[in-house]
Amino acid sequence: MKLPSRLAVLLAAAAVVTACAPQTSDNSSSDKDEKTGTLRVWLFQEVGNKPKEKVVDSVVAAFEKKHDGTKVDVEYIPVETRAQRVKAAFNDPKSAPDVIEYGNTDTAGYVKDGGLLDVSKEFGAWSEAKDTDPTAKQSVTVDGKIYGAPFYVGVRALYYRTDVFKELGLEVPKTMAELATTARAVRAEKPELYGLVVGGAYTYGAMPFVWANGGELAEGKGGSYTSEIDSAAAQKGIKAYTSLFSDDNCPAAKCAGMGGNDTVTAFAAGKASMAIGGDFSHAAVEAGKVKGKYAVVPLPGVKAGSVAPAFAGGNNIGVLKSTSHRTLAVQLMESLASKETQASMFEAMGFLPTFGDVREKAAAEKPYVKPFVETLGAGTKFVPASPAWSEIDASLVLPTMFQEVISGKKDVAGASGDAAKKMDSAFGSVG
Amino acid sequence: MTAPTSSGRAGRVRLPVDRGLSHSSPRPLGGSSARSRKSWTPWLYLAPALVVLAGLLVYPVYQLGLISFFQYTQAQVSGGEPTTFEGFGNYSALFSDSQFWQVLLATLVFAAACVVSTLAVGCALAVLLTRVRALPRLALMLAALGAWATPAITGSTVWLFLFDPDFGPVNRMLGLGDYSWTYGRLSAFFLVLLEVVWCSFPFVMVTVYAGIRAVPAEVLEAAALDGASQWRIWRSVLAPMLRPILVVVTIQSVIWDFKVFTQIYVMTNGGGIAGQNLVLNVYAYQKAFASSQYSLGSAIGVVMLLILLAVTLVYLRLLRRQGEEL
Repeated sequence: MKLPSRLAVLLAAAAVVTACAPQTSDNSSSDKDEKTGTLRVWLFQEVGNKPKEKVVDSVVAAFEKKHDGTKVDVEYIPVETRAQRVKAAFNDPKSAPDVIEYGNTDTAGYVKDGGLLDVSKEFGAWSEAKDTDPTAKQSVTVDGKIYGAPFYVGVRALYYRTDVFKELGLEVPKTMAELATTARAVRAEKPELYGLVVGGAYTYGAMPFVWANGGELAEGKGGSYTSEIDSAAAQKGIKAYTSLFSDDNCPAAKCAGMGGNDTVTAFAAGKASMAIGGDFSHAAVEAGKVKGKYAVVPLPGVKAGSVAPAFAGGNNIGVLKSTSHRTLAVQLMESLASKETQASMFEAMGFLPTFGDVREKAAAEKPYVKPFVETLGAGTKFVPASPAWSEIDASLVLPTMFQEVISGKKDVAGASGDAAKKMDSAFGSVG
Repeated sequence: MTAPTSSGRAGRVRLPVDRGLSHSSPRPLGGSSARSRKSWTPWLYLAPALVVLAGLLVYPVYQLGLISFFQYTQAQVSGGEPTTFEGFGNYSALFSDSQFWQVLLATLVFAAACVVSTLAVGCALAVLLTRVRALPRLALMLAALGAWATPAITGSTVWLFLFDPDFGPVNRMLGLGDYSWTYGRLSAFFLVLLEVVWCSFPFVMVTVYAGIRAVPAEVLEAAALDGASQWRIWRSVLAPMLRPILVVVTIQSVIWDFKVFTQIYVMTNGGGIAGQNLVLNVYAYQKAFASSQYSLGSAIGVVMLLILLAVTLVYLRLLRRQGEEL
């Protein structure tokens, strides 16, 4: 046991010799702008990735043909481990890709990490950029600068079982209050089904309840944010959502731990009469037991006829600061996020385009996206464009808040107050 | 116990080689010139081990300590922001976080429960092994080795399935309906405890069993002839004779169970409902890697290291006082 003395000495040394700081990678932007060579691209590996690969391959082939002497090397990285991969890329610029796909809630965090290239000038000069929908554009913008091109948007809406509703003679709910009563009515008649399947860890399924009641995640004041999750309106929304975790709809013991995927899986397996799912869940539900027995409508808001604001999720394509092929990489980003690519990506994968006009055309072709396009049209919300959001998200501030209320550990005011404190300290620590 | 003059050195380098040397040399510690020459010899023998230890243990611990004094998040690692020296900033942030104390308390209680249960189960089964015939012994050994060889992540997943509210056979057998084990704080900890005991009792069992086999049969026979009960034999004969082995398995269990990660992470989905089942290691992971606050995670790591060292040292000191040699 000679560690303690050694450790004490080392700690003392560490405290004294502050000059020897931990390692930091030199991630300053590369000055090189080579016009030939290999471009490396990381895209997300989706469930059923083949159609995506096909679209990307054709884009890449066209790009290589247009730019003599360039080669594009595409790698598909698993979504679950993307955080580690991207961090590793930021830490080791030499083995980093030039172009990456990333989740739009990560934008501010990646910018703060110093990983993404500011492409405001190129984006402004890009002929297609003017049709980008404002929410999508907001999701690549940090402090007025643009760090990528929107690739697709994802919104959630209400999936419901047409057969169950018909059998029980139920109407599709038109308000949030009706949503709860309808859910309970189903559960009362069919105890083997969840009325509306909800998840305690399903932040983006819960937020529409907060937003619909007039609540907000945070308020931006002069570039810095203050949490608003404990406001009276937000608390009303939290109450509305958490009251769904009861034995007469979705028992807390089972639903408190569920995340978004769990709820969609339950719905697809025919265990729920309603669920809040995304356009990107369409394929999973189609592959489940309920194929042909369900329909989708926008999630109703508080007033009849209104739509609850949805979270505008989705992915972007960005260029890494460390790229040595700046011009080429930005051009490749533009071709990967172009109207043409997005249209074929919608055909192949069902990803909703980020361009208003392309999206309208898509909705006309495939009726199943109509409720999602309607939801988008009714106005969507986005998370605070602060680097603190990654931290708030990763440290599970909101799921913890919902779960504390659901399990009865704290009341709504107490849980939301604590969550607000945690959010504020995260906002504060990033300045 | 080594001679008093050498106790300073023995305190610093307590490895078998060192002790063996000072025992085997016939009173070498009298003359001071001979002593100074001799005192380098153990270091020479230790050098290869120390080099490896320095590389694999001291350097990482040094980095851990170093990072814990800086503001070091993803932004600093990838060069987006300069690294700043924080002094004890991370520690004061940690100690003023009420969740940390709650997690620390849960970890201590949970680890203690795991250690006690593991030792009880392991020792009881070791004694059982010595009492049964060859075939059941073989079966028990194989079952234990199977549990031992199962990766923690596989074991956790299987246990989770066994206790699944919808499909689990346990609920069906006990007639619990769709009772969810992972929902309540205590029941979730209990479920994890079962898995931890299941995967760590074989080490205790096999070690203690080997120890029992090494106890001379005549001692046990004498005790039996004196009419001692099984429990009495264990308490008055076996346990004292097995003390060195029990010390080792206890320290091992303390260290393992204090650092339990996989079981909590997998079975309670990263810390349970609203983080109710967090233990220090998972908490450190959530801070360091999930939210990229490497410096705060390092501070938690240092705190854990100090606690474990303290526990081990106190334990060893107590044993010393009782005149036992490890």
